[in-house]
Amino acid sequence: MPKPTPRGSVLLLLPIALILALIAALFAWVGGWIGNRDLTPQKMMDLAQASGKQQAGFRRAHSKGICFAGTFTPTAEAAKLSTARAFSQPEIAVIGRFSASSNNPYAPDGASPVRGMAVQLKTDDGQEWRIAMNSFPFFAAATPQGFQQMNEAGVPDPATGKPDPKKMQALLAAHPEIAAFQAWAKTALKSDSLGNTQFNGVNAFRLTDGQGVDRMVRWSMRPRTPFVAMTAEQLKAADVNFLAADLDRRLAAGPLVWDMVLQIAAPGDPITDPSMAWPDSRQQVAIGALTLVHAEPQADGPCRDLNFDPLILPSGIAASDDPVLHARSAAYSVSFNRREREISAQNGSAR
Amino acid sequence: MNRPRHFNPLARLLHWAMALAIFSMLFIGAAMVVSLRYRDALLALHRPLGIAILLLAIVRLINRLSRPVPPLPADVPPIQQFAAHASHWLLYGLMLAMPLIGWAMLSAGGYPITMFGGVHLPAILPHSPVIYGWLRPLHGALAYLLFLTILGHLGAALFHAWVRRDEVFAQMAKGEPK
Repeated sequence: MPKPTPRGSVLLLLPIALILALIAALFAWVGGWIGNRDLTPQKMMDLAQASGKQQAGFRRAHSKGICFAGTFTPTAEAAKLSTARAFSQPEIAVIGRFSASSNNPYAPDGASPVRGMAVQLKTDDGQEWRIAMNSFPFFAAATPQGFQQMNEAGVPDPATGKPDPKKMQALLAAHPEIAAFQAWAKTALKSDSLGNTQFNGVNAFRLTDGQGVDRMVRWSMRPRTPFVAMTAEQLKAADVNFLAADLDRRLAAGPLVWDMVLQIAAPGDPITDPSMAWPDSRQQVAIGALTLVHAEPQADGPCRDLNFDPLILPSGIAASDDPVLHARSAAYSVSFNRREREISAQNGSAR
Repeated sequence: MNRPRHFNPLARLLHWAMALAIFSMLFIGAAMVVSLRYRDALLALHRPLGIAILLLAIVRLINRLSRPVPPLPADVPPIQQFAAHASHWLLYGLMLAMPLIGWAMLSAGGYPITMFGGVHLPAILPHSPVIYGWLRPLHGALAYLLFLTILGHLGAALFHAWVRRDEVFAQMAKGEPK
């Protein structure tokens, strides 16, 4: 037997405790439990679900939705721009979701200032591309911080029942770009159908082609069905679910088609600021047609339990450094985790 | 069975490599869920690193079960002996369970399970909100349990090295003398 070594002092428990405490503190700091964190996806979703008419099991925003199914067929031009299989596979089955922007899943369609379209493309190489677009031509704010402050400013003051005008002034002073969005929201005409609504993915992405050349792009879905505007009176008088009824009616008569068009950035274009549209003169390329053949309620449709995270991308398409794009991905994940937990607690249903 | 004085070289290599990997994994996981900007980049590391830990844990478990291990000193009190053995098996359980739950959770959430480039793993569970709604919080809760167990393990190792000054720390830190 080797000679036993003398024991160390029990005072050495102190440095041991200190080391463990330091590691625990570092972990707590990294996880946001201690320290003053600027803005987290949890804080964004806390605000979203505390305002409006949040219902358990529904998305924290864009809660009202309709599932759809159809196909995507890329054009011959598409394959020159990205190695992603979605740009070359002759026909891809897709599912997707139309949405209205509030967190009230029962809000009247006529009251929704913004409409959304999300698409999931699974290609035959096993990769997946999820796309989330909206009817606005540019995003409300340049940063997630600006967007959060805008939503905070929009919360009604309990004393007056209306948003505090001082908060709105402070918001516009700190984030002047939001004025442009407010002007759009006030004046933009709303169409009488989802089938003739244009949807824009306002964030920039990087496409890489077969030669390794990168291009920064933004995409839109442009409807082939002609735009027909509704007056404010018509929107007010319309049935709560008139968009779903209209979609069913149109799809019974035949498919609805959108052209997916890329806008390619020129040097100097704002890549990381989704609140600034790129000039209309930029090169545009139609990369495919989205053909919708079927729609169904989201309650038991396949789109309900999908997180249309805009950073689920196939190789050949990559995220830009747009902070709003990254924040959307983070916030959607928190929204998804919360609603799926609620659906789980309600034995599989959203109500 | 002849019990060695030290863990075999493969066990020691796996122990220290996995210590680094699991520590990184816990911090990446904690950071990514609260990050507004780097969630996608951290997640792209988290998935393949998790699968790597799963594979290493399987090799390690086989090595642990098939090769003799050095004994604890006879004068370690029974309660500490029990705590040592229980925490070691808890660590093995979590090393295997955490990546499997992560993989299962992504499957149930309808997510693609991307490794790197175009390489994907298949789903191991059906797309189900009910299952996802259970597995996602479980993955988080067990991560905290794993972190606390590792802290306890590290504290015990330092206690053996600095206070008891017995051979336990060297069993994992050093090889057999030549």
